[in-house]
Amino acid sequence: MVGILIHILLVVGLPPLLLGVIVKTKAVFAGRVGAPVLQPYYDLIKLWSKETLLSGTTTWIFWVGPAVALAATGVAAFLVPLAGEAAPISFAGDLILLAYLLGLGRFFQACAALDTGSSFEGMGAAREVTFACLAEPVLFFGLLVLAKLSGTLSLSAMLAGPLSSSWQSSGASLLLVLVSWFVLLLAENARIPFDDPNTHLELTMIHEVMVLDHSGPVLGMIHYGAALKLFLFAALIVRVAMPFSLRNAWLHTGVFVIGMLLLAVFIGVVESVMARLRLVQVPRLLVAASVLSAFSFILLLR
Amino acid sequence: MIVHWLDPMLVLALLVNFFMLGASRLRAVIYAVAFQGVLLGLMPIFVHGEVGWWLGLLVIATIVIKGIVIPELVSYAMREVFISREIDPVVPFVPSLLLGAAGTGLALGYARTLPLAPSHSGSLIVPASLATVLTGFLILTTRRKAITQAVGYLVLENGIFLFGLLLIEAMPFLVEIGVLLDLFVCVFVMGIIIHHINQEFSSVSTEHLARLKD
Repeated sequence: MVGILIHILLVVGLPPLLLGVIVKTKAVFAGRVGAPVLQPYYDLIKLWSKETLLSGTTTWIFWVGPAVALAATGVAAFLVPLAGEAAPISFAGDLILLAYLLGLGRFFQACAALDTGSSFEGMGAAREVTFACLAEPVLFFGLLVLAKLSGTLSLSAMLAGPLSSSWQSSGASLLLVLVSWFVLLLAENARIPFDDPNTHLELTMIHEVMVLDHSGPVLGMIHYGAALKLFLFAALIVRVAMPFSLRNAWLHTGVFVIGMLLLAVFIGVVESVMARLRLVQVPRLLVAASVLSAFSFILLLR
Repeated sequence: MIVHWLDPMLVLALLVNFFMLGASRLRAVIYAVAFQGVLLGLMPIFVHGEVGWWLGLLVIATIVIKGIVIPELVSYAMREVFISREIDPVVPFVPSLLLGAAGTGLALGYARTLPLAPSHSGSLIVPASLATVLTGFLILTTRRKAITQAVGYLVLENGIFLFGLLLIEAMPFLVEIGVLLDLFVCVFVMGIIIHHINQEFSSVSTEHLARLKD
């Protein structure tokens, strides 16, 4: 019971904080004071207390899309074990559900972008789904490695205690999975080598261009959904990197949160020291990440 | 205990292979070859477990030649001949990455079927060697510039060196040094040839060398 309570608290409360930490890290690198760490929360409250403006050309898809995307990501967040032993929802084969819930959210988000009838947003939606196609093998090969190591098809069992002994027997594979998943995190959440989350009007945008016409609470939902998605991928990485489980649930939660914040700082560092890739180079990096994760799986089969 | 570090190092060497297939900057590829050379130079220690005087000498010689001298010569050639920094491949980067990955997978599968000595059968040395040879072959055949072909040749030789690690107890020091000397001379000759191609044709793309004339 305590485990489920902690899970809900983390899923609801932590995601915007990660964004705040990333922005703060980038500000420190640039020599600025930067926005407060809690700024994403203020932004969300501000957006949720505004009214939504709907363009005359849009239909119901326009505001249903972001809602479905947020709901799908929210459900997916309950499939991934965070601090406790098992996630609130867990059954054999839930890794497929995780991948396709994310896919469903992306589909509705792209539909909402296409619904505006703006060619600019259509272009963004096309790019988003194209790169998602290339990014999906990374997630699946990584999950395949974990499934093979643990012998189960449930996320909670895959990411549980026995993972720490797998680190000793096949650490190389797990390290490759970590690296390729980090690339996946950057790609899926439109972070810097792939896309610049700060720009809103530039022709090489992938993700941000899809949400230009949304406003008010709907935009808030999109921002929160994006933060939740970042949280989800970060949680997967942190669970693989820190496979031990502590007896005290609250202590384990603390360690998990520290791990997440460290990962957010690391993302901020990567964003500060790298330039965005040219659009033609994005598929190459994604294919390289897929090759890495496929290679980690082949190493296991040997 | 130190022997346990061999497989992670071989995995690292294989990752360098992928990097070389995917990188678009010539200098990055040259640094990658140098890094792989240093890695390979350290490997005899990990295979053998203890360092004798001749093994130490071999390690130092390999690192100096593979990791410093030859890459330095290649980048010197690059500076002198004003070769542009972009690699232009015949097979684009993404397909060559996929080919490299497929080759590595096949090498891992094929090495299992080889009748190796029992002490070597579980090791990554043979598949890593085959995969590196394949990568070198890919770079050699699918990149247009003469200098990238020299780099491909270096990678090919790295693969052969990896295979030689199996015979580390039996192989005399002189043979190894002979191979390194060969390599050194090859890069030297390659540098002279590149220089001449550059003087004659104002471009070092091997595409222009496809036709024979009297």
